[in-house]
This record gives sequence, structure tokens and C-alpha cells, in this order.
Amino acid sequence: MSPSVPLQEMIRAIRSARTQCEERGVIQRECAAIRAQFRQSDNGGRSHNLAKLLYVHMLGYPAHFGQMECVRMIASPRYSEKRVGYLGAMMLLDEKQDASLLITNSIKNDLSHSNQYVQSLALCTLACMGSAEMCRDLAPEIDRLLRASNSYIKKKAALCAVHIVRKVNDLGELFAPAARALLSEKNHGVLHGAVVLITELCERNPETLERFRKTVPDLVQIMKGLVISGYSPEHDVAGISDPFLQVRILRLLRILGRHNEAASDAMNDLLAQVATNTDSTKTVGNAVLYETVLTVLDIKSESGLRVLAVNILGRFLLNNDRNIRYIAMISLQKIVGTDHNAVQRHRGTIVDCLKDQDASVKRRALDLSLALVSASNIRSMMKELLLFLSSCPPELRSQAASGIFNAAERYAPSQRWHIDTILHVLTTAGGDVRDETVPNLIQLITNASELHCYTVHKLYRALLSDISQQSLVQVACWCIGEYGDLLLRGECQETEPVQVTEDDVLDALETVLQSHMSSPATRGFALTATMKLSTRITDNVDRIRSIVSIYGSCIDVELQQRAVEYNALFKKYDHMRAAVLERMPVIEKNSPGHMNGESMGEAIKEIQPAKVKQGEPLLPLQPANQVCDLLDLLGGSEETLQPSPAVGGTAPGLSINTGSSAGGDLLDLLGGLEPAPAVAPAPTVQVYDKDGVTLTLSCEKQSDSGLTVTLTASNSTDSDISSFTLQAAVPKSVQLHMKAPSGDFLPARGAAKVTQTVALNNPNKVNLKMRIRVSYTKQGSAFQDTVQIDTFPGLNAAGH
Amino acid sequence: MIKFILMVNRQGQTRLSRYYQPVELNRRALLEADVVRCCLSRKKDQVSCSFVEYKDFKLVYRQYAALYIVVGVTDSENELSVYELVHNFVEVLDKYFSRVSELDIMFNLDRVHVILDEMIQNGHIVETNKSRILAPLTALDKMADG
Repeated sequence: MSPSVPLQEMIRAIRSARTQCEERGVIQRECAAIRAQFRQSDNGGRSHNLAKLLYVHMLGYPAHFGQMECVRMIASPRYSEKRVGYLGAMMLLDEKQDASLLITNSIKNDLSHSNQYVQSLALCTLACMGSAEMCRDLAPEIDRLLRASNSYIKKKAALCAVHIVRKVNDLGELFAPAARALLSEKNHGVLHGAVVLITELCERNPETLERFRKTVPDLVQIMKGLVISGYSPEHDVAGISDPFLQVRILRLLRILGRHNEAASDAMNDLLAQVATNTDSTKTVGNAVLYETVLTVLDIKSESGLRVLAVNILGRFLLNNDRNIRYIAMISLQKIVGTDHNAVQRHRGTIVDCLKDQDASVKRRALDLSLALVSASNIRSMMKELLLFLSSCPPELRSQAASGIFNAAERYAPSQRWHIDTILHVLTTAGGDVRDETVPNLIQLITNASELHCYTVHKLYRALLSDISQQSLVQVACWCIGEYGDLLLRGECQETEPVQVTEDDVLDALETVLQSHMSSPATRGFALTATMKLSTRITDNVDRIRSIVSIYGSCIDVELQQRAVEYNALFKKYDHMRAAVLERMPVIEKNSPGHMNGESMGEAIKEIQPAKVKQGEPLLPLQPANQVCDLLDLLGGSEETLQPSPAVGGTAPGLSINTGSSAGGDLLDLLGGLEPAPAVAPAPTVQVYDKDGVTLTLSCEKQSDSGLTVTLTASNSTDSDISSFTLQAAVPKSVQLHMKAPSGDFLPARGAAKVTQTVALNNPNKVNLKMRIRVSYTKQGSAFQDTVQIDTFPGLNAAGH
Repeated sequence: MIKFILMVNRQGQTRLSRYYQPVELNRRALLEADVVRCCLSRKKDQVSCSFVEYKDFKLVYRQYAALYIVVGVTDSENELSVYELVHNFVEVLDKYFSRVSELDIMFNLDRVHVILDEMIQNGHIVETNKSRILAPLTALDKMADG
């Protein structure tokens, strides 16, 4: 095939075009000329035209008009035209094009051609773009070629068979025996093709895998030959005999030896030999070693071999070449779950790789470091990880931040350390952390009650330096609002005290409120914090009042609403202000009431006005009204709002609709009750039976005054009941604590039940009564009913 | 398996492209530009690792003077082996064209494709022995001249 002069000329013309526009012009002219020449019946320059078209296609211009020409050229007897035609077919056609069907016949004829090169062209094309039908038609041909004597053809036929197996799974059976026979070939090309074919067959079909296990000894033999044999000029690549074939065979051995003791045993010696004999100074040697290590780790190898493999990986880690380090880390990641201690030994090197300049290596090092964090090395690892976070590329930031949080949560040695770490992350990468970090951190801070002083000092200082990181600012505002008095007191054992005046604090909060960098959520935090400070500071209450009233006309509706309500709190409910803005209780994680601490503050403020019977229609909240009714039913109760920590705990229950824990918590005015341990089952009594819904009650005495009542509900009607909730009320001196119900859905005909546990504490030993309100939705309509329970089973009449 | 092979120069012009998994024509230009951008933006050779994690597969790239050879492989492939394969390919081209350069590849694109087809078929390696790869091509050359 002499070089295509017209093609070269065209390439020169395209290259000399200075601008994109010029190039397009040249190409359009050429394409027009090519199209005209295609329309002419036969001329000698057809192959050149098609070659030009392929070049143009590679540059990205449309070339579909060449498809028919390809088909015609494939059918031509001249080799040069056939060659270009097949190349065009491979590049321009795929199975979706109709023209591909037309070449099926040509391929079939060419597969039996006398010239091996023509045969190989056909095989190549079939392997590249053969559709399922074509494959089915031509599979017997390929099988015949697999057994031919020409090794040139055999190796191509093997890979063509791989394509066929991929397209049409069932034909795998057809090729299995031929593949087996190919393993005894000497020609490396054929061997390679055979190994690939067997790999493909085994991956697709587990039965074939079983059958090919018997070939393990043959494969081991071939490998041994490759490894031990001296220098062979034919296959040598940098001192290793055909490394590509070695890698392929190792991969096949891996697949055959997985989960199988016998096969793995047969390979052990070989793998040890390869691992020790391969020269690891060149990359090829390392490639073979890498594959060996992967195989050893994947099959059921003996422990000595595993240790050898991990050592090789350790050597890789210390290698200067970054490629080698990269693959070492990938492999270590695979075994960090199972051989954790072995990987721990290399922790120092891995942590050093965090500082590497290359992005891929950094990514791998980050993943591996996070997997290696454990209770013993948490402090040193965290130092490194935090250092990494400040210098890491932006795409890895959020992954690093969440990884650090997880690690800190699992292994934090002390609460102060935990809080410090989270604060550090927020200051360096606050923009990339997830949203639930803020409530998590707030919950953590409330839990660490002795560190409140320290935390608020630190946060205040952080706020002064930088208000752009939203998560940090939100947490800081919340803390200043809650613990502002600790801040102003000025003394703190853990960090050096700083004299903060009330004006300073209010200035800081005002800056946050007015800054354009603050998001609306952050502003809300700041406003509420300012309001909370009104009870904690003494002098500048007027200033707070003025701030709050300014925002009463703010454009942001959320801020405006808050400001207006706070204003109302100042004006009409000033006597309640102290109670409303009291310190928050400790938030429990994953309790039904667990929410953002901020909105808990919201909820408190919302329900209190509703509860007070002054007809103020500030925020009528349905559950609150219902519960008030229940209280009334029990014989009137002018409850004066007693400020207590329990008040805070009730709030979240109302803002969500999960069952009667809402009502129960609200009633818990007299303080919460610790859940009593369960005891032996007690007698049950049916207390309610109407419309197919039955409620049974059983109670157990826990202690002198404690009692656990279990309510079980079931549904015997034909339709399902949803949103089933129970609310309970008890006499005033009895404390009640309702746990979360098991669910709120009662399927028809008693398929499942809902249980609810209620803990009662009766310290004054009054007569125990309980009123229960049942509400549910059936067939789209809501039902409600009340029942009073005067006698409890298991108790004497006095209700003790 | 190998998904594609690209040869791109520093200006981003594709000199050779071969896809072993069908990719639509309009997506190809985008893919090539994106891949090249990934590789060109890495720092100089000594500092950078030749393997890049791109979307859900890996790229193995090697720089030869002004030409970048990028191979896209699936996750299960041995990266070092592909790295060596790229070098083997370049050595074969070197042997055939005697000191191959970018212009040689451009002007003899069809022959480069023939060589590539002899080495890699359907995403897997067929032959790595230089003389055996070049045997059919030299035979064809003789046929054409004679």
C-alpha cells in the first residue's frame, strides 16, 4: 500500500489553514469532491477518497455519506480497497446503522478467503462491530478457524470469539473445547488470545469456571516456563519474558482460584516463585508483581504468602515512582478491612503521601488514611488530616471533612478534643461540610456542660476574626445566645480570659446580621441569639429592643416574623420572657424530638402563647389545643407556667406529628421521668372497644411509686387504619412520660398491633386515673374518642 | 479491557482515536476534550502520577515530546501493564517509521491503524512482539511496491 498522496496533500492543506473557519472551508470543499467521486461508478482513486474521509471523520466532521462506499469497497477484490473499506467499516459503522447488515455476506466470504490477511481483516471487523445476528451466523466459522493451523489466524479468531461471547452469551459453550485445546500452543499471541477467551468464558458462566479449573496445572506450567526461562529475544520486554502474557495468566489464575481451596493450593508455589524471582527495578517487573499481589490477596492463599504480598506492597510504597505508590495504595485499600494490622505498619508512609503534590496520590492517601484511623492513633492522625485539609485540592475537601467528622465521632478521646477538632474543620473548610454538621455540633456542645465556658470563648474569638463560613457563624451565634452570660463573666479555666463587654457581644451579633455574606438562615440564628441575650445581660436591653424592632420591617419574611414575635414578647409578654428564653436542655440524639436546636427555640416561643388562656391568636397550634382540652377534662387546672427544663423538652414534640409522645411530653409539666426497667408481664384488661378498634392495657409496678403501663391497640375491621395516635392525661400530681409508639398503622383484621408504653410516677399516692384520647384515620375520615380508666389491673383500689 | 486510545498533541488536536466501546460521534469530541484537559493540567512528569481517576474508569497517559497518548481502561485492568503497553506501541511505531514523529503519524494514519489493530483487538492485547506485529505490514508494503 503506497502512501496515499492525495491524502497527504489534503492533510497539508488542512494543516495550513490558519483559522477554524478556513479549516472548515477546506474540509467542506474536500467532502464535496469526495461525494462527487463516490457517485461515479468506478475509479482508481476510491481508496484514497475513503482514506481522506476517515481522516476528516477523526477530526470530528460528519462522514456518514461514506458508509455505502465502505460496503462497496469491502466487496471489491483488490486488497488495498478492501483494507480501507474494512477500516472505514470499523470506524463509521456500528450495529445501529442499517448498512452494517450489508457487509455480513462479505465478511462471510472473506472468512474463507485463501489469503490470511484478508481473513484477518474480516475477523478484525467482526470483532469490532459485529451485531448479535451476525455473530450467531458466523460463530461456526470462527470455531473452525480456531482449530486452523495458521497461528496468525488463530490468535485473531480467539479475540473475535471473545466479542461473540460478549454479544451472545449462549455461544460460550461452543468455544469452550476449542479454547481448551489452544492452551497447548507455543505461539504467545495465540496463548494470549486463548487466555483472554477462557477468562471471558469463566466470568460469564460459573459452570464453565468449574470445568476450566482443571486447566490450572497447565497454566502453572506455562507460567513457570516464562519465569524460569532465560533471555528469549522474541518476547523480552526490559528483561522479563513476555510480561503481558504473565499478567494475563495471573489474572486468570485469580479467577480460577477464588473461593476454591484445591486450585489455590496448586498455585501457591508458583506465586511464591514469581513474587521472589521477578526483577522489580523496572516498571514491567513491578507490573507483574502487582498482578501477583492482587492474585495472592484474592485467592485462599496460605498466610506466609499473604505476608509476602503485603511486604511487596510495603516496598512499593517506599518506591520513588509515584505510579508505583499509587497502585500500592489501591491494593492496600482492598485489604485494609481484613489485614488491618499489616497495613497499620505502613501508616507513616501513607500519611507522608498526603503531602504529595500529585492529585491522584493524594486522593488514594486520603481514603487509606481515613480507613486506618483507630482509637490508638487518633490524635496524631487527626493532626495530619487537619493539616491536609488546609492544603488539599477543592474536589477532595468535602470528602476529607466528612471523613474527619466520622473519625472524630467514633474515636474522640475527650469531648474538648472533639469540639476543638470540629471547630478547626469549620474554620478551614466551613463551606464544604454537610448541612447536618451544625445541629450535630450544637448537640455535642450542649452535652459537654462543663465546657460551655470554654466553647463560647473560642467561638466568640472565631466569630470576631471571620464571618464568612456560614456553619461556623451559625454555631457561634447559637452559643453566644445560649451561654452569653458565661462569656460576659469573663473568667474561664481552660483558656485565657478576655474581657468582653455587653456592647462588644452585641456589636458582633449585629455585624453578622448586617453583613451581606450571611445567609438568611444565619441571620435568623443571629436574631434569636440577640433576643436570648436580653435575659442574660443587664444593661443593654434597650439596645436589643431597638435591634429587634428594626427587623420587624425587614424584607425577608422569616426574619420579619421572628422580629415581630420577639417584639410581642417584649411588649405584652414581658413577664414570660425569662421563662421563654431559658437555657436549653440537653438534646438527645435520635429522639423523636431531635431537631436543629434553633427551631427548638422557635417551637418553645410558639406554643407558650397558645397555651396561656388569654385568647391571643398568635399561633394556634392544633395539638396544643387538644392537649389543653384534655387538661381541662381532668378537672381544671390553672397552670402557672413553671419555668423548668422540661418545658424545653416538650417543644420539639409538638412541631412534629409523631404520635402521642407530643401530647404526653407537653403534659410533662412537672418534670420528666426516667424510664423504669421492665419487669415480668402483668395482667391485662380491655379498656376500649368500639368500631372494631380495641385497646388493652397492662401495667407493671416498677417501684414504690413508679408504674409502667402498656397499651396495645388492634384493628378488627376490614379496612386499614392509619395515623393512629394515643394521648393520655393523668391527675396533676402524677408524672407521666410517654414513650414512642411502635407505629401508627393498624392493618385490617388484626394483622399487626401497635403498642405504646407509658411510665407513670405517683409520688403522692393519689388515686390513679387516666384519660386516653384515641384518634385515627379510617377510609379517609378522621375519628376521635375518649375513654377514662379508673381502675388499673395489678393495683389495689387506692391506686398505689 | 481497554475502552479507547487517543493520541493528542499539546494544542488539543486529536492525532489518532480508536474506540473499543461504542461512543456516539457527538459525544466523542466532548470526551476527548475533557480527557485531554485532565491530562494537560497535570504538573510536569516527575511530579505526576500517570493514572487519573476519571468518572467511572481510569486513564493511563504518557507523554512523548509534544504528543500525549491516553488510554482509557476499566477499573479491573492492571494499570502498570497498560502503561507498558503504551510504551511497547510507541516502540513498534519507532521501529516501523524509524524515529517516528508526530508528522509521521499524521500522514500515515491508515498504517498506524493497521499496526494498532495488530496489537490490540476488541479492547484486549493480541500481540506484543514487534517483529510479528510488523510482519504483515512489511509484507503488504512489498506487495504494493512489487
